[in-house]
Amino acid sequence: MGVEGIGARVTRKEDKRFLTGKGRYTDDMTVPGMCFAAFVRSPHAHARIGNIDATAAGEMPGVIAVLNGRQMLDDGIGNLICGWMIHSKDGSPMKMGAWRPLAHETVRYVGDAVAVVVAESMAEARDAAEAVIVDYEELPAVTDAVTALADGQPQLHPEAPNNLIFDWDIGDAAATDAAIAAAAHVTQMRIVNNRLAPNPMEPRAALGIYDAADDHYTCYTTSQNPHVARLVMSAFYNVAPENKLRVIAPDVGGGFGSKIYIYPEEITCLWASRRTGVPVKWTSDRTEAFLTDAHGRDHVSTVKMAFDASHRITALKVDTIANLGAYMSLFSSAVPTYLYATLLSGQYDIPAIHANVRTVYTNTVPVDAYRGAGRPEATYLLERTVETAARELGLSPVELRRINFIRSFPHQTPVIMNYDAGDYDASLAAALQAADWDGFPARKAEAASRGLKRGIGMSCYIEACGIAPSAAVGSLGAGVGLWESAEVRVNAVGTVEILTGSHSHGQGHETTFAQLVADRFGVPIDSVSVVHGDTDKVQMGMGTYGSRSGAVGMSAVVKALDKVEAKARKIAAHLMEADESDIVIENGTLKVAGTDKSLPWFQVTLAAYTGHNLPPGMEPGLKEGAFYDPSNFTFPAGCYICEVEVDPETGKTEIVQFVAADDFGNIINPMIVEGQVHGGIAQGIGQALLEGVHYDPQTGQLLTASYMDYAMPRADDLPSFQVSHQVTPCPGNPLGIKGCGEAGAIGSPPALMNAITDAIGTNALDMPATPARVWAAARAAAN
Amino acid sequence: MAKVTMTVNGRKVAKECEDRTLLVHFIRENLGLTGTHVGCDTSQCGACVVHMDGKAVKSCSILAAQAAGSEILTIEGLAANGELHPVQAAFRQNHGLQCGFCTPGMVMTAVDMINRYGAVLDEKTVRENLEGNICRCTGYHNIVKAILAAATEMGAARQAAE
Repeated sequence: MGVEGIGARVTRKEDKRFLTGKGRYTDDMTVPGMCFAAFVRSPHAHARIGNIDATAAGEMPGVIAVLNGRQMLDDGIGNLICGWMIHSKDGSPMKMGAWRPLAHETVRYVGDAVAVVVAESMAEARDAAEAVIVDYEELPAVTDAVTALADGQPQLHPEAPNNLIFDWDIGDAAATDAAIAAAAHVTQMRIVNNRLAPNPMEPRAALGIYDAADDHYTCYTTSQNPHVARLVMSAFYNVAPENKLRVIAPDVGGGFGSKIYIYPEEITCLWASRRTGVPVKWTSDRTEAFLTDAHGRDHVSTVKMAFDASHRITALKVDTIANLGAYMSLFSSAVPTYLYATLLSGQYDIPAIHANVRTVYTNTVPVDAYRGAGRPEATYLLERTVETAARELGLSPVELRRINFIRSFPHQTPVIMNYDAGDYDASLAAALQAADWDGFPARKAEAASRGLKRGIGMSCYIEACGIAPSAAVGSLGAGVGLWESAEVRVNAVGTVEILTGSHSHGQGHETTFAQLVADRFGVPIDSVSVVHGDTDKVQMGMGTYGSRSGAVGMSAVVKALDKVEAKARKIAAHLMEADESDIVIENGTLKVAGTDKSLPWFQVTLAAYTGHNLPPGMEPGLKEGAFYDPSNFTFPAGCYICEVEVDPETGKTEIVQFVAADDFGNIINPMIVEGQVHGGIAQGIGQALLEGVHYDPQTGQLLTASYMDYAMPRADDLPSFQVSHQVTPCPGNPLGIKGCGEAGAIGSPPALMNAITDAIGTNALDMPATPARVWAAARAAAN
Repeated sequence: MAKVTMTVNGRKVAKECEDRTLLVHFIRENLGLTGTHVGCDTSQCGACVVHMDGKAVKSCSILAAQAAGSEILTIEGLAANGELHPVQAAFRQNHGLQCGFCTPGMVMTAVDMINRYGAVLDEKTVRENLEGNICRCTGYHNIVKAILAAATEMGAARQAAE
């Protein structure tokens, strides 16, 4: 692999700028004449908008303009859309209600924007936004999805009676029901997956710059996929044609899904810049982030898992209600359907599965993909249920899982997915050993002597990553293809630029993508630059989410490198008067096998650019591009084991051990992969132990809108983690990569909840397992 | 408006600002030092930590005018002569950062922590002392490792110097 090649634990090229304060995030951008935007947001969860009086605001110091939704409508700016069509069981299309970037008739959640103030300073813009007087006619609100479906509840969109967006199903209902009827045992649960706020530490921001002379727009924005942002803003929101819109996502401070979507604010900044003639910058504060960033999860499900007499799972039946908030966000419809129900087979050979999913409008901020997106919801449901079943059946949770593991590949599940490779026994065995599973009874007894209840729990997860084969997702309703692009530009002196449509917002692409070049051509990573995040530099790309940058983005780089290598070999063979098939590349040198003839890399690249002596008919230069469209999803999988101590007096849980054993296929940089797992586990522990978005059910006010109210995991809430990797290479892509970005957040919540419920002796406990809930559940179980 | 004078990263600066200007905005906007970040509105996240007269402070929780006359050290002033400070180097070596947004505050907090505790830092103490700095990327695992490694190295260097 070499010191910097594939598999090497290389420290990151990008770190120096972040460590010295030289990162360049959107809010750091300053351009001449720049002014600031502040949004006037609805204080009500549901209301009709009356008169908007901006007279006083318009006269305040520094104010340049106060703009509203009617002006935006008059200028032809389009509705925000959901880009994945789902049809209900009856064949009808999903009911997409209108979402205006600036509402002009109705507001549907607290924080819905109705106007924007542009002023010379941030403080002046905010002062003036508070002085805009909006008349509202308040309407009743509903925030809970199960309630919103009932008769007589507030109606959000005329298109969607009873707030139902779609009623969709997957799998064989009749076979599933028959298997449940014939079962030796059926485990039933009601599973709630709590609503979360993604909370990347960098709040969203946008800087819109309209250049009247060229009729051209530039948008700096906190995006995980600037090309998708440009495409959507051009094709659907009518901001500007693609050739007149440059979108730049510079350093982005985390995303976790929440920065995939195109929000009202970046559209408004571009439009307001054209309206006012000044560059307009908006930066979210944290409360605005809680109010307006797309939330995640928020499912309520019932599940039945059927077993035969030998404890094999014969069927799984799931009914899920998913809260999508007030409007359909960009990929919201795909999350509780094709990213969720298709993973309900988990690591198990289940002959019959049926899942029904209803999605619902409520007076809450839109819900969309958050780290894992559907797969954490599937894993949590499945792994809580399997653990509960083991307890009901009197079996070890290890044994019950082993009885049901899939062991032959490829494996076709009853819910679309075709698993290509895996070894679930290997991850389970590694986790059991690392956790000293067999030593648990002694540790439990020792904890009991200290008055603490010790519990152990596991979860065996699978996910579908490498999103995704374009034709497949197209047939399922996706509005875009999910390939990736790359271009490899070799300079005359042999240094290399890689242009990628993937976007790095913490994942370390500037290092790992460079490692591919080091591995191939022996070029030091310091001589390789990775260019991303700018639509003027990279032609097109689909961005970073769904653990796709390695499996899809790097595969595109490999394809481009293959073309570069092929041309370099031809040039080298010509220069050394050898046969092309005899050229080998070793440590940055192109050699003729079996001879002492060789040329260093830079001489071959120089020859490509001088053009003095190239094979007949060959074009000068050394630059190749590629688009890579995956042939299948990838299927990372693993086993997580968590051990806790619960204080029965207070209900407080302490995590005393956390073990992760993951199979991500081949790994480019283990240091970075481990970091991804650590971060994912922390978010999963956050969901299980601490985090939860709460709206007041009567008023629809967001009660958890700051770090004083929403419990983010802090350093002293978490243990250090024991992480290991098992490798079954992915057969579907050239590097054998499966993806690692989401696993931690997928596998950890059920492991932790299974540990706590083991400790307190009841299965009746929902996330987040706060001390109050754990204490109450333990008391209820004891009585 | 107030005229505020202070020393930032060893350089004397004097700027006009509104009375209500927070130190963090003074640093970012008036001085153009954008390494210090704003991650919340409630003094919880610690992305804005700088050193004021040698102690870590959240620069979102103090007015620029209150910092008049003080010595401020920001993340931009930490590396001397182009060499990373041992804490910066340890964060890099231990992969203690991902997106980089919380990193300046984390590093400034860590330097202050090591100044206060020295090489005797243990994992529990580090975790408790990081309570005011939120990271969403790393799960803190490698941040804790980095701080412990830096504390050990700086302690050894101090001993060698004595």
